[in-house]
Amino acid sequence: MSAPAAPAAPVLRPGAEAIAAKGWLAAHKWLLLRRASQVGILLLFLLGPWFGLWIVKGNLAFSYTLNFLPLADPYVILQSMLAGQVPEKLALIGVALVVLLYLLIGGRAYCAWVCPVNLLTDLAYWMRVRLGLKGSAHISRPTRYWMLGMTLVAAAATGSIAWEMVNPVSMLHRGLIFGIGLAWAVLLAVFLFDLFVMRHGWCGHLCPVGAFYSLIGRFSLARIRLPAREACNDCMDCFAVCPEPQVIRPALKAIDGTPPLISEANCTNCGRCIDVCSKDVFAFGTRFKATVLPVAGVASATPK
Amino acid sequence: MDKDTKPSTAARRQFLADTARMACGVGLLGLGIGLYARHARALPPAAIRPPGALPEKDFSAACIRCGMCVRDCPFDILHLAKPEEPLSTGTPYFVARQAPCEMCEDIPCVKACPTGALNHALKDINKSKMGLAVLVDHETCLNFLGLRCDICYRVCPVIDKAITLEPQTNARTGKHTLFIPVVHSEHCTGCGKCEKACPTEIAAIKVFPLYMAKGQLSSHYRLGWVEKEKAGGSLVAPDIEHRYNMPEGMKYESGKGLSTDAVPPAPTSGAAPGSAAGLPKAFQGGKL
Repeated sequence: MSAPAAPAAPVLRPGAEAIAAKGWLAAHKWLLLRRASQVGILLLFLLGPWFGLWIVKGNLAFSYTLNFLPLADPYVILQSMLAGQVPEKLALIGVALVVLLYLLIGGRAYCAWVCPVNLLTDLAYWMRVRLGLKGSAHISRPTRYWMLGMTLVAAAATGSIAWEMVNPVSMLHRGLIFGIGLAWAVLLAVFLFDLFVMRHGWCGHLCPVGAFYSLIGRFSLARIRLPAREACNDCMDCFAVCPEPQVIRPALKAIDGTPPLISEANCTNCGRCIDVCSKDVFAFGTRFKATVLPVAGVASATPK
Repeated sequence: MDKDTKPSTAARRQFLADTARMACGVGLLGLGIGLYARHARALPPAAIRPPGALPEKDFSAACIRCGMCVRDCPFDILHLAKPEEPLSTGTPYFVARQAPCEMCEDIPCVKACPTGALNHALKDINKSKMGLAVLVDHETCLNFLGLRCDICYRVCPVIDKAITLEPQTNARTGKHTLFIPVVHSEHCTGCGKCEKACPTEIAAIKVFPLYMAKGQLSSHYRLGWVEKEKAGGSLVAPDIEHRYNMPEGMKYESGKGLSTDAVPPAPTSGAAPGSAAGLPKAFQGGKL
């Protein structure tokens, strides 16, 4: 199927062109993989409590896989240390492994591929679009760094991991595994906030967990590259689906000579831009030149 | 340059206003969270932390709410606090009346803790201090009522050390003995088995967090008898030997009671009743 010349059909939803050009599956490849990752990781944690299969114990704060692999959340450990406590060696190893992992796959890949709240906020955004809800409160995106700073100051000032008492991210994950209690109300609040008050409100503007992981993302290896940015037909679909659209423009439009590489720390590496682009402008690659996963319409041909 | 001055001033103003607004909003939120965290530091009386838990202040800094202790507890007694419960969200606790600590010798919950919020220095479960049992209700404790319930004493994993039964006269009947359960904080681990086993409708003996259950003497207090023993003698003026004005031939020693100077002779069947040698005449029977 050759790409239509795209004379801006009236009510085409983002990605329609890509579906026409590449087929539905190829136009949803990374989205499907991402959902599989989010749900799969959650299921791994739930196999124990639900079916007695203890592959993974714990939760995203600290987990122990097969009594062999420790993984710990560097953000919560940082708060603990600021509050004046040094964890055991196992937790420190876990922190090192997690930092290494996200240095490889992209800091905010945590948000797109692991965090369970993303399922909720993506649903809110999807409904927002479907219901045609317009308008959004304005809070600047860097607010999340203020939030991050606030949580760290709160930890040091109170001498306790204060943020963990209200953190919706850990509340949801812990709640699903250990019993949710009234945490659902907090999560409902996040959902409704994203749905009615602010577009991409929680994940894109406020969440300090994402802000923390974006700091790792500043140096991480895996990146979205734009090997074919000249092919861009300005359909704007990538901007429409991107949870952090501000990261695309400099690389796509070569502003101030920006190389064809999304180097912004807040790109979540969700890969949705790759899916919805009918011109295959985007591809996963690394921050170094000429390293691009061959994706395009040939979805299966991705051996390395 | 001059041309740019105005808009850039406006932009700067806008930026400062936005920043101030953001800082204030986030700051207020932080204040709320901080106050909430402070509140949650007071552990409610019914919630007992797992063995080896650091003092509450340090615990709230060290525990990352991962639930590894919950998972490795073979008896499944531990819970992670839900947001509506009155202790720090996500932190582990158990309720003794529902399911007490079974005092595993290898303490798996402590081993599982990745942060040391449950202190890995705890190697002997009998040394743990999860809380302290207190016989709170003297009015409903069956032993106080004169029965030989003794259940708390029997189920105690540190039997005869953490809880002892102290005999007292039953003043109500005048002829029976009350066996009063007494908790000794030195040995009580706070496992809560006594509270769980107490047969009354509401437990008469309960486990409380240490800060609630344990008193403390002022630091300048000294126990005279302890100091005397340490020093091997009185530390103030030498004890004046108290003289009891006893009838002739009698002696009173503290701790021994009344005695006579003379060694009482072996009772002989021929002796007249009440004519034991040494007793003052007044006590010698017959004529009195």
